[in-house]
Amino acid sequence: MISVLDAAPVALILALGVWTIVARDTFAAAVGFIAYGLLLTLVWVRLSGVDVALTEAAIGGGLTGALLIGAATRLRTTEAAARAETPGAFTRVLAALVAVLVSAALMACVLALPDPAPTLAPEVAANIAVTEVGNPITAFRAMDTLLEAIVLLFALIGVWSLAPDRVWGGRPGPRQHADPNGILAYVARVLPPIGIVVGMYIFWVGADHPGGKFQGATIIAAMWLLTIMAGLTDAPPISRTWLRIGLVAGPLVFIAIGIAGAVSAGAFLAYPDGFAKPLIIVIELALMPSLALILALMLAGAPQRELHP
Amino acid sequence: MNLALDIFTIVAVTAGAFFFLAGTVGLLRFPDVFTRLHALTKADNLGLGLVILGLLPRVDTVFTGFKLLCVWLFVLLSGSVAAQLISRAERRRETRP
Repeated sequence: MISVLDAAPVALILALGVWTIVARDTFAAAVGFIAYGLLLTLVWVRLSGVDVALTEAAIGGGLTGALLIGAATRLRTTEAAARAETPGAFTRVLAALVAVLVSAALMACVLALPDPAPTLAPEVAANIAVTEVGNPITAFRAMDTLLEAIVLLFALIGVWSLAPDRVWGGRPGPRQHADPNGILAYVARVLPPIGIVVGMYIFWVGADHPGGKFQGATIIAAMWLLTIMAGLTDAPPISRTWLRIGLVAGPLVFIAIGIAGAVSAGAFLAYPDGFAKPLIIVIELALMPSLALILALMLAGAPQRELHP
Repeated sequence: MNLALDIFTIVAVTAGAFFFLAGTVGLLRFPDVFTRLHALTKADNLGLGLVILGLLPRVDTVFTGFKLLCVWLFVLLSGSVAAQLISRAERRRETRP
């Protein structure tokens, strides 16, 4: 029995999805995508997946949305020219065919899923006490988290690689000049102390409740970006040694602990008896600054200013 | 006592929902950026404020209530700042033909 309250977000999400695809204006489509992400967050809360909802709101809606809006703004000058050249009928039919095939394959896969779905939930519930961590997602996401962090690192390298040779190693983005007595500078002074506390709280509470380093790092990265946008600080040149060390420190600590587990506990990322909780805390603590740096720099974009102009 | 609290919650949350509805209608119907911002900030300030006021008797711990109040305060802060920035950008666009 689907209630009206559940059906309404589903209908809205479907409608927004269609609208995002058919919208002709790139900027409008990006805004539609952000609203889509926020509605998806509501659905995850309704499904009791609060961890996923937090990540969806922070990464799916917030970070991706900001990246898309940035891209749409850059494309604005060339958009009319790009829209003028409509692809031929053959290309369009081919594109429609491929899209339909992919959708059909996805639908077939969803329908073919075994019911009830195979689950590790009982085993996780049985073994959670061993790790002394209350939130199963924090306790058992080792491999996923490691790969996520490394994927983000690669994405940042991808963003940086768009820089022309002449500005390589320089500062990302244009220098921001906001009114030093304006409202943005005011918020950039008032909010970061609170934001850093909230970020650390969300990080720490991740042990027993939804939260963790990913969500915490997003908030701290947002605070840093706020001060950069308000012109209170400047984005660091990407060639700084401390920056490079900070970026790889988290994943390196994670991999080192993983290899230590392979030696002492018999499997990669296995924790020796009694050390699960301290090791998980070390991993989360090491990853959080790296993730905050990666997320903030990804939004700051490719280097645009020469190191020594 | 419980009945009074229930009625309080229902009245406050319904009033909050009304402000959200009114704000949304205003956002869709008002003619320019400034009047739309006016409608939108009413939904943020009063709508969310009333919803949170209505939810306060429902919380189990003082800390949860504190967190709810913080949510409202942060939305107030971000809403007013965003409204300022948008209206400033709009005014600059108007003066520059």
